[in-house]
This record gives sequence, structure tokens and C-alpha cells, in this order.
Amino acid sequence: MTPASSPRVALFVTCLVDLIRPRIGFAALRALEAAGCEVVAPEGQTCCGQPALNSGDRDSAVALAKSTIAALEGHDHVVVPSGSCAATIREHYPELLADDPDWRERAVGLAERTWEVLAYLDEVRGWRPDTVCAATAVYHDSCSGLRELGIKTQPRRLLAGVDGLALVPLAGEETCCGFGGTFCVKYPAISNAIVEEKADAIEASGAELLLAGDLGCLMNMAGKLHRRGSKVRAFHAVELLAGMGDGSAIGEEG
Amino acid sequence: MSFIDRAAAALADPVLKTAVERTAGTAEANRAVAVEAFPDFAAARARAAAIKDHVIANLGEYLERFEANAVAAGARVHWAGTADEACAIVVDICRAAGAKTVARSKSMLGEEIGLPHALAEAGIERIETDLAEHIIQLADEPPSHIVWPAMHKTRDQVSALFRRHHASPHEDESIAAMAESARRHLRERMLGADIGISGANFLVADTGAVCTVTNEGNAELSLVPPRVHIVTAGIEKLVPSMGHAVHMLRMLARSATGAALTQYTTFYSGPKRADDADGPEEMHIVLVDNGRTAMREEGLAEMLRCIRCGACMNHCVVFRQIGGHAYGGTYPGPMGAVLTPALSGLAANRDLPQACTLNGKCQEVCPVAIPLPTLLRGWRERSWREGLEPVTTRWGVRVWACLAKRPRLYRFATSAAILGMRLWGGGGWSRSLPLAGGWTRHRDMPAPEAASFMAQYARGRRR
Repeated sequence: MTPASSPRVALFVTCLVDLIRPRIGFAALRALEAAGCEVVAPEGQTCCGQPALNSGDRDSAVALAKSTIAALEGHDHVVVPSGSCAATIREHYPELLADDPDWRERAVGLAERTWEVLAYLDEVRGWRPDTVCAATAVYHDSCSGLRELGIKTQPRRLLAGVDGLALVPLAGEETCCGFGGTFCVKYPAISNAIVEEKADAIEASGAELLLAGDLGCLMNMAGKLHRRGSKVRAFHAVELLAGMGDGSAIGEEG
Repeated sequence: MSFIDRAAAALADPVLKTAVERTAGTAEANRAVAVEAFPDFAAARARAAAIKDHVIANLGEYLERFEANAVAAGARVHWAGTADEACAIVVDICRAAGAKTVARSKSMLGEEIGLPHALAEAGIERIETDLAEHIIQLADEPPSHIVWPAMHKTRDQVSALFRRHHASPHEDESIAAMAESARRHLRERMLGADIGISGANFLVADTGAVCTVTNEGNAELSLVPPRVHIVTAGIEKLVPSMGHAVHMLRMLARSATGAALTQYTTFYSGPKRADDADGPEEMHIVLVDNGRTAMREEGLAEMLRCIRCGACMNHCVVFRQIGGHAYGGTYPGPMGAVLTPALSGLAANRDLPQACTLNGKCQEVCPVAIPLPTLLRGWRERSWREGLEPVTTRWGVRVWACLAKRPRLYRFATSAAILGMRLWGGGGWSRSLPLAGGWTRHRDMPAPEAASFMAQYARGRRR
């Protein structure tokens, strides 16, 4: 192991960031380097398998857990810009592979060194940003990060260091936005009713920016806000921490 | 009607939304205050879960102990393996007693086994004595919540029902006047009933006592005056001792309504004794399995911890939108989504474990820490194994997984998807997208960047 002062970090960008908004991955990379990490994005990474896990397709979930472990192990830490994907690795891989003698130790080993990016920057690195973003913002606590990984205070501590940024209260900030992975396309009407209320709360806050730590939830809320004609702009929190809050928000071309 | 149709009907009903939000929202706020004020609720919750786990693991022993002590107190204990057996036992007791009317104190187990229907078939008049059960009996509807069976009704709807059915209804629209109208209507019927039927919130093994909790006193008034008291209870209601029952009561009331205790908490131990002023001459306790031992053996043992407080549904984003009837079973919300497939089969109820965002709030507020999301995932796995999931879902997940297992092929597929999405929608937001109708019916979809992260990274981009 290299000294903790300069850990070797594998960045697992997640399938959604890879496909839709690579900018979040580069923001994470930039913030991790600013926090003194040596970062690589391992070539073999694809998807953590969460869609299969939550659909009940255990065989596929197990297969993707194995390929993800193989792709990401061998680094001091694995850092993920998503609470739910980090929770899949930390909480579910050891359970999925508990009965497999060849993989059990590897699953636990990876789980123990995997971190959600905001928790990692705050708790492990004790890092504070040196960036500016003059705006008012609300922070939505994504469910998996909040309840499976205990991510609550870390993003707020980090965002407090962004010069000019004012976090305002969001009513029901811990209430699910109605995304739920495949739930939102399997039960669109129910999901829509939930995200309508979330959009009401976001607009009622008066904030200019919506921040969160999971792109899936952000796309759901931002997509609803845009459909309603709202002017609220959405970013992953790490984009602001990396000084990328002045660029295009989710859905904005550029 | 399918779950999706029932949910659509519920979503289209603004009165339902108002009614559900009012009650569940109040419960949520009051529970939060009660839990905050409780010294170390987390430890109390862990203890409650441990008590239930211990009983479930030693169910046979505690059932025998309960039976022996209940019999010693003068009660008769009956065993029912199925819902039909349980109903038949109750109807037989009613017939043997020559009963024409029964006063019933709200019991979800009674709903689960179909007792209202069985009594009607047997020609026995049923008087629901819980105020909310009275309301839905007048409306001829099933309960929509396990604590507030009429939570889907607004005050205006209740007023209209009372005016139609009560002989001397309320003169003004105040809650007090409406409650008085129900009291006038119910009291004489309760006092004239031949038999009182209740469920049990707890069965206390070391005394053989049955505990009920109510806020209206209707259990006491419908169980003490009649000649016969019949209890129908699920076997998972056991606790070892009075001390344990009291601990569970502290968790139950706070989790359900935020109150420290219900208005009435009564322990019934056997029938009237020689020197008692009142009480029934006979007490019968029907212990019902109805799939519970099978649940214990088939990976759902943790569900048997449930004390029916309703906190999971009060805090569920899906329940808050669609209410209880959309779930189609006796038990709605997260606990219902776990129980209903066990009670009535997965094939007919495969939507219930799926219609959940797995946000984990239900587990967080559960007073006995049932891992509801894990149990729901378990049903999803079984549904997948048994081929109950739609072909589109099966293929969608399989194709995705198949690609994701092969990084090179996956890179090619993501590049093609990005190209396709950008050709279709250009940059910025799309209002529609092929194969994503479920998404774009209600929200816009952001266009992807020109190339994936991994493609940009491979080309040397680092910032």
C-alpha cells in the first residue's frame, strides 16, 4: 500500500455517468486529485449490476459483481460518484457472494475499500474545496446514500466550503424523489406523482440550483422540473466542489 | 382490475389524496416528535426486534405455554391451520351459543381470514364497533389502512354516510356531533350483541392473557357485556411475558400515532370468574397459522416480527400517492407488499414487491427493524426465477447484463446509444425518446455528452 497521504484511487464512474454525464466523472477525478489522490479509471468497469439486483435477476447480479470486483480491485480505495452504486458494492456484493468460496473474500475486500465520493472527500481525506459558485441551492439526500451509507452531513460540510454558495432548506429533503431505478419506467404514473411533489418542494424553496449525489435521482428531478418549465438548474454536488458549477447544468447543451 | 389500474384510479382521485395525506402526514409528524422524546429509541427498537425474534424462533414452546396458561385461566383454545378453518371454528362457536348478532372490535387478522364474509354466509349479523370500521361497514368497503381503516374517507364523506344510515344523525357538522351520532347508533347494538369478537395485539404466554389496544374503548364495550368472547389471533402475536408486552406497547403506540399509549389498553385473562362483577361466561381463543409457519421456514421469518403499527405505510412515498385499496390485499403498503404474496400467492400479486423504490424509509421507521426492502428484493428474485416478470423486463435486463459483462462490446453499445440519442433529440432536453416512453411521458430526458466518460478518458481527457 502506498502511504495514506497519496492513496491510489480507482474511480468507478458508474454506467449512468459514463453514458449521460461524463462531466461528473471528470469532476470527481479533479476533486480527488485536488484532495491528494492518485486517480485512475480502470478500463474493465461497466455497471455495478444494480438493475439486475433490484429486478430479481440474481444470476446477472452475481456475474456483474464478479466482473466489477475484477475490474476495480488492487487499489487503495474505490471511489464512486453515486450513493446507490457505492452501496451496491459495499452492502450487496458481500451478500451476493457470501456462499462462493472463491469470491467471498474478494467481495468483502472491495466492499471495505469502496467509498461514495462525497463521503470519501470529507471523511477519509478531510478535504475542503477552494472553489466559487455564487448561487442559492438545495441539497436532496438520495435514499441509498442516506440510509445504506449514512451520507448526510458530509456533502453539507463540503458544500459549505464553496465560496458564494448558500444552501437553503428543502422541505422533505430525505423523501424519495420517485426514481427508484427501473421503478420509474415500470410504474411511471406513480413515479410521476412522487416527483411532482418533489418538484413542488424544490420550486417552493426558491433555490436556483438543485444538488444531489446521484445522477439517477438528479435526472428524474431535473427532467420533471424542465418539463414543468422550471428555471431550477441541477448539478451533481461534486461538480461544484471541483469548480465546474459555472458550466452547463444537467440537460443544458455545451 | 390490475394493480396498475387500481393505482391509476387512486391517482386520479384528489379527494383520496387529501384524505391519505392528512392522516399519514399527521402520523408522520407526531411519530417523529415521540421518537425524538424517547430515551434511546434505537436501543428500544433493537430490544423489540430481539423479543420478537426469540419468540418466532421458539414459537412452539411459547404457543404451548400460552395455551396452558389461557386454559388455566378458564379460556378455551382452538387451533386453525388455515383461514377457512379459523372461520369455521368461529361460526361453530357462534352457532353453539345460538348467536344472532356479534359485536366485533377491529381486527386485521379477522379481515385476513375473511371473517366478515363467513359471518354473513352463516346469517349472523355483524356490528363493527370501531368508529372507522363502522364507517367502512356503512360504505361496504374494505379497510384501506391497518390502523385507520377509513383513512381514505374525508369528514364530508363520513357525514353523508351517517346521514344516510343513522336513525338520528348529527345536527351540525362538528366532529363531536358526528361522533355522538355514531355513539347513539352503535351503543345499544353493542350492548345487545350475543357475542363479542376481537383480535389480539399481543398474546402473553406467561399469563395466557390477550391484549387489545383501542382509542375508543369499543373493544371493552363489545367484549365484556356479551355472554361469549371470541379472540382470533395470528400465532406471531405471542410475547413471553407482561414485561415484554409492555415494551412492545411502548413501541406500538408511538410508531402508529406518536402517542405514548393508546387510550385503552386491556388484558383479558379468561372468562368471568365467580367474584367478578361482569365479563363473558365463555372465552375462546382461536390461534391462526394461515401461512405463518411456512413464512418462517421460507425466508420471511423477520416479517413475523410485525406488530401492525402502520408506520411503514405512513412513511411510504408510494402508499402516500395511491392509498391502501390499490394494493388489493388485506394489508397495504410495504408490509402488505411482503405479506400479500405470502398469503394470496405471488403470481396474482407480482406487482406489489415491484411497485417500490427501495428507498429504505419503511425499514428506518419500523419499530421492530424489519428489513422490508430486503424481503421485497427476495420476492423479486422469486418472481424472476418463476418467470413471472414480463418478457420486456426479462430481455431488457438480460441484454443489459450481457453487454455489461463484456467491456469492449459495452463501449461499442454505449457509443451507439449516445449517437442514437443525440441524432434523435439533438443536444439539450428531449421530450420523447424511443424505448423510453415510461420516462418521457412525464419528464424530459437530458441528451448525453458527445462521447462516454470511458471514451473521453481513453482519449486522454483528465479534467
